[in-house]
Amino acid sequence: MAREASTDVEKAEPSNVPAAPEQTRTGPVYSPAVDIFENENSITLLADMPGVKASDLEIDLRENVLTLTGRVTPSGTAKESNVLREYRPGTFFRQFNLSEAIDQPKIDAQLTDGVLRLELPKVEKARPRQITVRSA
Amino acid sequence: MFVRRVWPSRPTFEGSFGEFDQIRREMLRLLGTSGGDAGAEPGAGVFPPINITQDDDNFVLRAEIPGIKPAELSISALRNRVAISGKREIPREHERVSYHRKERPEGAFNRAVTLPVEIDAERVDARYGDGILTLTLPKAEVAKPRQITVKP
Repeated sequence: MAREASTDVEKAEPSNVPAAPEQTRTGPVYSPAVDIFENENSITLLADMPGVKASDLEIDLRENVLTLTGRVTPSGTAKESNVLREYRPGTFFRQFNLSEAIDQPKIDAQLTDGVLRLELPKVEKARPRQITVRSA
Repeated sequence: MFVRRVWPSRPTFEGSFGEFDQIRREMLRLLGTSGGDAGAEPGAGVFPPINITQDDDNFVLRAEIPGIKPAELSISALRNRVAISGKREIPREHERVSYHRKERPEGAFNRAVTLPVEIDAERVDARYGDGILTLTLPKAEVAKPRQITVKP
């Protein structure tokens, strides 16, 4: 059943987030494609980051801003010359504002075949409570 | 007399990726009209994006295909043609979830590229890791350049 998406997760807009520091590395910066969904207990984020190794991925959450940075080391040797080039290895970078209180120690991140799966559990008090009404 | 070759300034591809395609890519890149996926190299617009490099003995084809099982990829090579096809499926999250964003593409894809020279289809090596498919395509013996020694 398609529920109306609430605005718990928003893309960090330049207006409400202090400007991100400039990249020190040259080269293109890409915004990875993401899927974000949530249930009562957690928010899950899936991001396509082909070519990123687990050691080159940084996930940072502070002051409700989630920052994903993945670096791609160019593959190949110096001997190789280009024949066809449709993509350029670069840095994946994207930021999100999270309004829900996230249980930071329980954050779980997995990188499989270039896809990041990030589980952001909500803290107990942010979870919805079922309130049963008793009849007198 | 020496004739200096100004164009093409880089190795070109005979066959399907001609010079005009190369010029078009460069023009689009200058205009910054990559369209859609910000930062992607223009001109492709198809999934998966492919890079091909060569050295003396091999072509190396790299394709960005994140999150696929190697068993779901089908690769075929014949003479100077390589085809990659497969289907990318994103498993359904069956719990009661509400989606905020759904941007990752899914579905079947099929790409074929023509290489400038024949390859040895028997010795093609395919590897998949970190979302990148790497094919090493050895050039056929007949297609390799010969060193010719000039005798005095």
